[in-house]
Amino acid sequence: MAMDRVALASAPAGERVDASPETAFAKAPAAYVETRRRMSMNGWATLLIFLPPALLLFTIFVALPMVEAGWYSFFNWNGFGRPEKFIGLKNYVWLSGNPAFTRALINNGLIIVASLLVQLPLALGVALLIAGRMTGAVWFRMIFFLPYILADVAAGLIWRFMLDGQIGIPAIVTSLLGLQPFYLLGSTDWAFSAVLIVILWKYFGFHMMLYIAGLQGIDREMLEAAEMDGTQPYQRFWHITLPLLGPMIRLSIFFSVVGALQLFDIIVPLTGGGPFDTTHTMVSFLYYFGITRMRVGFGSAVGVVLFVICVTFAFGYRRLFMRDD
Amino acid sequence: MSLRHLALAAVCSAAFSASALADTTVTLLHVSEDKTAQALWGQIAKDYEAAHPGVKIEVKYLENEAFKAKLPTMLQADESRPSLFYSWGGGVMDAQAKAGFLKDVSADVAGVEADMAPTAVDAIKVDGKAVGVPFDQGVVSFFYNKKLFENAGMKAEEIKSWDDLLAAVKKLKAAGITPISVGAGEKWPMHFYYSYLVMRIGGEHALADAKAGKDGGFRSATFVEAGKRLRELAALEPFQPGYLTTKHAESTGIFGDGKAAMELMGEWFIGMQAPSSASGKGQPEEDIGIFSFPVVQGGKGKATDTLGGVNAFLVTKTAPKEAVDFLNFFSQEKYAKEAAEKGAYIPAYKGAEAWVKDPLVKQVAAELAATTYHQNFFDQDLGPSVGRVINDVSVAVAAGQTTPEAAAAAIQDAWDQQ
Repeated sequence: MAMDRVALASAPAGERVDASPETAFAKAPAAYVETRRRMSMNGWATLLIFLPPALLLFTIFVALPMVEAGWYSFFNWNGFGRPEKFIGLKNYVWLSGNPAFTRALINNGLIIVASLLVQLPLALGVALLIAGRMTGAVWFRMIFFLPYILADVAAGLIWRFMLDGQIGIPAIVTSLLGLQPFYLLGSTDWAFSAVLIVILWKYFGFHMMLYIAGLQGIDREMLEAAEMDGTQPYQRFWHITLPLLGPMIRLSIFFSVVGALQLFDIIVPLTGGGPFDTTHTMVSFLYYFGITRMRVGFGSAVGVVLFVICVTFAFGYRRLFMRDD
Repeated sequence: MSLRHLALAAVCSAAFSASALADTTVTLLHVSEDKTAQALWGQIAKDYEAAHPGVKIEVKYLENEAFKAKLPTMLQADESRPSLFYSWGGGVMDAQAKAGFLKDVSADVAGVEADMAPTAVDAIKVDGKAVGVPFDQGVVSFFYNKKLFENAGMKAEEIKSWDDLLAAVKKLKAAGITPISVGAGEKWPMHFYYSYLVMRIGGEHALADAKAGKDGGFRSATFVEAGKRLRELAALEPFQPGYLTTKHAESTGIFGDGKAAMELMGEWFIGMQAPSSASGKGQPEEDIGIFSFPVVQGGKGKATDTLGGVNAFLVTKTAPKEAVDFLNFFSQEKYAKEAAEKGAYIPAYKGAEAWVKDPLVKQVAAELAATTYHQNFFDQDLGPSVGRVINDVSVAVAAGQTTPEAAAAAIQDAWDQQ
């Protein structure tokens, strides 16, 4: 089946229906037997030599900390000495009753929604515009990609100054209109919208690059053929470009959601979760309420919740949408 | 194993243990960014090394946040644990002592502590036992711009009560001057108001009573009243516009640029206002005045009760005996005097105000010397978990985002959850 899928995917979309599975299958048995034979001879030796280092590192730095976090989340522990005060599920009870955490969850949801509904379509649109070989396209690509290269903390700081009510963009607007200075990042109504804009600005270049790469992989002849057949541009986009870009779009959605769930570095310099804990994400909540307050058990509980959400999403999404990619 | 191997192993181990005997390393971990203090401490370490061959003093600096994040882990293992480390006392120190990381050095340091300020010495005790030696202390008070006060036709000496302060704020506002700058973006600068109000309303037992759960603990009338008073002040809009996003250094700079008339801050403000200002010059020292946080009518606290930090070096349980010896050497009066004269900090010594040269710092030191009750910063005293909640609610109450009752309840909840 695997060979079949590869054959289908590499064939141009127009021929998909006609692709004959027999040709793909014809070579399969021989290759299969060959691999199988080699596996029995060298397989175990290879396994014994190459698996332990990776497995060991994975266990020590990935699996063990995850299990430990789960373990700590049942304790009221400040990080000093050994966790001794076992409190069962209390950390989780406190977490569910914490309005700042609820707000952080909602914020994560909003970031995902904004990424999917605004950032990705925008990235796709720009990618379509500058994927071609028009003059200056490379420059545009670089300009749009620049924010992504910038360190998150630096970007956060820069925007903190840009959005400042005394020296930033709002200051220019308010002084022109003769209004009182307005502090975007200090307003509970507007701070999170500002954060969203910065996030869109920061990461849209990355998705644009993904799409450009995808667009460049599309066979131009097909588009030209469709053009000769008298199709409209939107028809070509809808029936040729978009389907062929499918794997890339699914990948970009995946990155976008996982990135939104893990968002942290921009929040800290920009708002620090404020004003009044209205701009936290789950990870910044973990940092401010778990680590800086030395509530390791409570922070671990946040980590576990975050882990469960991420894993559920990652596996669910891959099963549902990315099985063919 | 052949005999030759055995002999070789013996020689090797002897060589190693010999070198271990000869070289004892004392590590001192600190967070001070003050260049004068750093230079002085480096000098003290060199002096000690010169007098004690075979002992090496490693003075290591860690940035504040990195220090706080790393220390719990460093303390866990014998290999990474520093011999002496920087501390603000309070809840974190208690937790470190309870986890068994600190050494009881009461007997070893009694000599050097005899000449120190008792308030500072007591702040570095856990259950009556000294776990380190304080080296400096400070006070939070109102710094004001004399010229701006003059322009508004006011005298700082007249601000004795809370109502006087409110009246002063109104007067300054009427004169078109921003009365107070505050770095509420970092939250803790606002908690000075809340803390002082609790102290002025509830007196010196207010915090201890709340911790003990008396009269509803932190839900007590004292804390609710403090919240009401803070809101009363904030409702006059005395702070610079956008104060919720202003960082500590920025707000200090606002004062330094003469754009605000007052700031409630610790003694480090004196050295900070000039470099933080946009002009880089700040206010000339003769134009800056100091007055104590006013009393609240009907409150139990005195105008001479002070709020401020105490900093110390604590001794860890596995520290070599040379570490305690070095700490005594470090804490001797000679170096304390030098620190005061050079303006590094106010040493935790009795009579330190006499050594201080800077007139403003001298005034702060005098305030310290005359204290009737000295309270460590609430957010240090209560530990990081409850401390951060106090900081959060101070800003929330001031901004009218939370009611004083809900704020007091939030502190109690945090206290119950730790």
